[in-house]
Amino acid sequence: MEDTRTLRFFNRGPSAVARLVFFAMLSLLLLFVDARYRYLESAREIIAIIIYPLQRATALPSEILGDIGAYFSLQRHLIADNEKLHLQHDADAAQLQQMQSLQAENEQLRALLDVKQRAAYTMQMAQIVYLERDIFRRKLFVDKGAQANVQAGQAVVDNTGVVGQVTRVYPWLSEVTLVTDKDHAVPVHAVRNGLRSVVFGSGNISELELRYQPVNADIQVGDELVTSGLDGTYPPALPVAKVVKVERDPAYPFAHIVCVPLAGVDRHRTLLIVSSVPPLPERPASEGSQDEPQRLHKNAKRSKP
Amino acid sequence: MNIEVAKDREFMLPASRGFIVISLFVAVLLEWLPWRGWLLALRPDFVALVLLYWCTHKPHRIGIGIAWVFGIFVDVADASLFGQHALAYSVLAFGGLVLNRRVQMFNLREQSVHVFGLLLASYTVYALVHWQVRGYVAWEYFLGSLTSALLWTPLTLLLQALRRPHRDPYEL
Repeated sequence: MEDTRTLRFFNRGPSAVARLVFFAMLSLLLLFVDARYRYLESAREIIAIIIYPLQRATALPSEILGDIGAYFSLQRHLIADNEKLHLQHDADAAQLQQMQSLQAENEQLRALLDVKQRAAYTMQMAQIVYLERDIFRRKLFVDKGAQANVQAGQAVVDNTGVVGQVTRVYPWLSEVTLVTDKDHAVPVHAVRNGLRSVVFGSGNISELELRYQPVNADIQVGDELVTSGLDGTYPPALPVAKVVKVERDPAYPFAHIVCVPLAGVDRHRTLLIVSSVPPLPERPASEGSQDEPQRLHKNAKRSKP
Repeated sequence: MNIEVAKDREFMLPASRGFIVISLFVAVLLEWLPWRGWLLALRPDFVALVLLYWCTHKPHRIGIGIAWVFGIFVDVADASLFGQHALAYSVLAFGGLVLNRRVQMFNLREQSVHVFGLLLASYTVYALVHWQVRGYVAWEYFLGSLTSALLWTPLTLLLQALRRPHRDPYEL
């Protein structure tokens, strides 16, 4: 056994004191250089690279413990996360719905803006605030009234055609009778051949009637009817309806012609009120004739609550 | 081979150079464990302890040079100044080499007191360098020398146990 031999003090190289002095000087030199000149950064980096795996190894146990903890708490975390995401999803879905309707509204507003720019009349925009609940009277209320210079009798249009007519004006509201209201009349002519006529509301939201046309009248399915502007209420050339059915029964004096309104009578939220149609000269008095605006007026009176 | 080594001759147990180096590396790894906060202040200097153990028990196998090299390793790992730990460990190793005969005469508890003195000297060297370069001394740093000295007994017992030749199970 090597260690059992006696210690040889004098033939093992330099003495301990000499070694201490040597290494102490070396350390002090290194200290001095490192503190003052930073020459040793590269050497430090090399040693750091060599010992890096060892350092990683020492950090490993605590990392593994942390990973195990994370693994066991994962289920709880996942459930919480899932719940949170569900809530987020619901909120997002609601917002998305809102965005879709806003987009549609925006498109309609843009179209209205186009109409406004196209038409020569001054128009003002109005928002629908109430729909009357009586299904026999197709009426609604918009948020522009006498304060906005709305007058009874003015036409109400949307981006595709005539919606109705202002029949009553309140300070901040006006009542609009839709073209599909029962017996509401709009003077029209057919685009194809200029045939003048009057289209009446049927009381059904999606139907209009062309009354008092003889059986042999030149009306075909698909004919587009636009306002003629003859009564001074509606501006001319606004689309009103389209013929969808023509029944010519010789047993009756008049043909039964069914049209659908072109405007989104029951759809949009924003409408345009045509506010200045140039007034026509006074109509010469004639006996017993009932013109349309008067009828409308009566109608409006009757529907007063 | 004599298995029951006499207590007073335990320092004569064999130790290979590989075992010494491995024990030193294990000490370095222990020192690199992620110590934080107060634990960092109380962290025993494992490298210093193991160095001291070998310096007192195997003075011919280990010298100031090895202590210095491990000091450099610790310097890099701790991002202290180059040579700071190296100087402290050199002083420690010198103390251990000079006092190895004296230390071995005492029992473990009395050895701890000697070790505490040596460690305190080494810590003081380190703190002095720090004070010279950085201009201040963190006093809680010296707590480490106390915990290290307390660790001397278990560490010695452990290393002695590892050095003892393995008993042959068939011998019984």
